[in-house]
Amino acid sequence: MLKYLDEYRDKDLAQNLVAQINYASKKSIRIMEVCGGHTMAIRKYGIQNLLPPTIKLLSGPGCPVCVTSRSFIDKAIAYSAMPDIIITTYGDLMRVPGTSSSLLKEKARGADVRIVVSTLDAVKIAKENPEKTVIFLGIGFETTTPPTAIAVLEASKIKLKNFLILSAHKLMPPAMAALIDEGTLIDAYIGPGHVSTIAGSKIYKPLVNQYDISVVISGFEPVDILQSIWMLVKQIESGIPSVEIQYSRAVSQEGNLKAQNLVNDVFEPCTAFWRGLGAIPKSGLKLKPEYNSFEAESLLPLEIAEKPEPKGCLCGQILKGQKIPTDCKLFGKTCTPEKPVGACMVSDEGTCAAYFKYNDY
Amino acid sequence: MCLSVPAKILNIEGSNAKATVGGSIINVSLQLVENIEIGDYVLVHTGFALEKIDAKTARETLAMLTSMVEENPEDMIRFIEI
Repeated sequence: MLKYLDEYRDKDLAQNLVAQINYASKKSIRIMEVCGGHTMAIRKYGIQNLLPPTIKLLSGPGCPVCVTSRSFIDKAIAYSAMPDIIITTYGDLMRVPGTSSSLLKEKARGADVRIVVSTLDAVKIAKENPEKTVIFLGIGFETTTPPTAIAVLEASKIKLKNFLILSAHKLMPPAMAALIDEGTLIDAYIGPGHVSTIAGSKIYKPLVNQYDISVVISGFEPVDILQSIWMLVKQIESGIPSVEIQYSRAVSQEGNLKAQNLVNDVFEPCTAFWRGLGAIPKSGLKLKPEYNSFEAESLLPLEIAEKPEPKGCLCGQILKGQKIPTDCKLFGKTCTPEKPVGACMVSDEGTCAAYFKYNDY
Repeated sequence: MCLSVPAKILNIEGSNAKATVGGSIINVSLQLVENIEIGDYVLVHTGFALEKIDAKTARETLAMLTSMVEENPEDMIRFIEI
């Protein structure tokens, strides 16, 4: 199987696709990718430099770390300062700046903040520390929500009383719609691969019907992305927008029904605050009332308002595809991966980090 | 964080499996998937298998892309030269 991975990086295949795109592309179009993995792959392989001038690539709000609001980090930090609390989180979140600190800084100051690679590790920590309250920071899109649902169900099954979720889980289609509503000019989306593995290609159909935009769900290898762009160009040139799956080895129309059912059992939609995009109705997920005993904000209420982004930081507009990192005066100067000011520079999948890492400026 | 890696299932015990990724052996939960067998490739994300990777469709995609060149040889040559 892994030999296919090499073939998806095959230079001749990629060159053929570039030629096909050049041949087919007549109209000027703007294509946005809404997955941090795609952003990194596009920059790493220099795909933007292979395309004709008719095609402009934009990066969208597809990095779950980047769109996590400052108030969410502030809340996590406030919890970490309470007695007998253990914060558990994926490592990416550690350096994300809140209003005046980060989880990493608080850990250095003595807060009990632990990185986990799986939600089940967080449940294990709760089991092993019955005298403490363990809060898991649930972030991410359709891909990361099912593991959080499993953690809640596991904690419920073994009647854990000291395991809580602070949920910032989000849904991708409402954000894709919100960008168009806000006026970002987008003709087509490169659909997120692993969000779609779980949710299926069907989640984008209402978007295509409402906005007449094209969607192709792509894999992450260079040939995958070039083929997806080619498919989008063909759709747009034909004038018939639709949802297509390029990443068919991992994505189906229906998606992973088992995972979807688990999420629907545990979560329900709510308004969510996105860094850069603001509040979007029905774009977030919160625990259903029957799982309220696992909801951190119900049991340990906090009043923390959303604060504006740091002065000069363009993360908000970059996440909306309205600016690019090099438009930001902080980029590469006061804002670097070692000392990030904005969230787009923090995450390995952030647009600014991708531009910085691959010297695309 | 949203990156997932393909891993080959080595053994299965209940809903847990051991799998190889680039020479390393990792623990994988099979709670989100069904009908996984030893030798299958799965996409692993934060310790969970999200889906089986379908080798047949991977091969078909590559075959289709390879045959593209044969369909439009003159156009392809023209643009590759550019």
